[in-house]
Amino acid sequence: MDIVLNMWSSMSFSSLYWGHCVMWAIAFLLIYLAIKKGYEPLLLLPIAFGILLVNLPSDIMKPGEGLLWYFYHYGEEWAIIPPLIFLGIGAMTDFGPVIANPKTLLLGAGAQGGVYLAFLAALLLGFDVCQAAVIGIIGGADGPTTIFLSSKLAPELMGVCAVAAYSYMALVPIIQPPIMRLLTTEDERKIRMKSLRKVSKTEKIFFPIITAIVIILIVPDAAALMGMFCFGNLLRESGVTERLSNAAQNELMNIATIFLGISVGATMPAEVFLTPKVIYIFILGVLAFGFATACGLLLAKFMNLFLKEKINPLIGAAGVSAVPMAARVVHKVGSEADRKNYLLMHAMGPNVAGVIGTAVAAGMFLSVLK
Amino acid sequence: MAVVESPMAGKVFEILVEVGQSVAEDDELLILEAMKMENPVYAPEDGVVKEIKVEVGKNVDEGDVLMVLE
Repeated sequence: MDIVLNMWSSMSFSSLYWGHCVMWAIAFLLIYLAIKKGYEPLLLLPIAFGILLVNLPSDIMKPGEGLLWYFYHYGEEWAIIPPLIFLGIGAMTDFGPVIANPKTLLLGAGAQGGVYLAFLAALLLGFDVCQAAVIGIIGGADGPTTIFLSSKLAPELMGVCAVAAYSYMALVPIIQPPIMRLLTTEDERKIRMKSLRKVSKTEKIFFPIITAIVIILIVPDAAALMGMFCFGNLLRESGVTERLSNAAQNELMNIATIFLGISVGATMPAEVFLTPKVIYIFILGVLAFGFATACGLLLAKFMNLFLKEKINPLIGAAGVSAVPMAARVVHKVGSEADRKNYLLMHAMGPNVAGVIGTAVAAGMFLSVLK
Repeated sequence: MAVVESPMAGKVFEILVEVGQSVAEDDELLILEAMKMENPVYAPEDGVVKEIKVEVGKNVDEGDVLMVLE
């Protein structure tokens, strides 16, 4: 009988409470969305399993002891993984459409409207100014930048804001399409776009170099992210480092994604997650994100009033910097209207500009508030 | 005769037809991968595949000739 009792007390059933069950339900929902619906499974599945693991009573997130805590501490608190992700994104990104059609850069700037809306709304809800800045950045839907800014301004919110930002990045395919369909007509969605001109290899090589110099001189606080982003792109475009470029966009990116996903999920234990503050942050985040999407779409429609060669307004929605998810969603919604419409690369223009825009917005918050 | 041009920059992920095969307009000819997204390229018109100018793994630019139909 004693043996049975000992076994029972060494198990962790006794420390379970209702909050754990709520978090399991959230984890199962995300697992379902990832596997059955195919919503960003590469991010959502690791996050969901991280949520499940941290809400089973164990030491897996105990500071200085738990496995996932080490992943989180060295990967995110030290802000190593976000720049590695940026390196991979840089190596995946073709700047051709941006160089050929620089006005799409404006769309990336326009969509940052969501950042400032959420910042103001968070101030009104009683968050302090540093916390409000980090919450605002969620509106850019840029996980790496959100983690960066919170590690400098509001470390206490890092976990929650990272989860909100990554959740919205994962939820891009759910949140954006209804707004996109609401604000555009069928005919607008059918607009096909052409590359304006061939972009030379020299231009593609110089673009990341000049971008790095200019952005880092203007916004030194964005150096780690933008430096890696531009470096990755140079590896891609140089033509002599294909192996490095492939490693950055495949193996390294995949490894970084595994560590990032599961440890971001692990920042959501029930005790921390099921509080009113977190609910505010998620609501502010989704409002900011929806508003940013709408800003981008409406700016694109506004630009069309003056352009002879019309742009497809859908690409404005890619101004939120969830790279490259937002561009993929634009492509999907566009190809629903006309399956021979290939908007992916055109949407990368605003998308890349959105990353730069969010990093610049974060740098501005940092220089003012630090 | 119709030339199938690449609608976007990307990497040839899979070729779905063979030389000599008859295809109908809007059939999928090959899959281009870009941004980790697989994008089908469709036949512009009915015809027979005369020549395939690319192979799996090759990077192509927008406007590059992928196939010739006849």
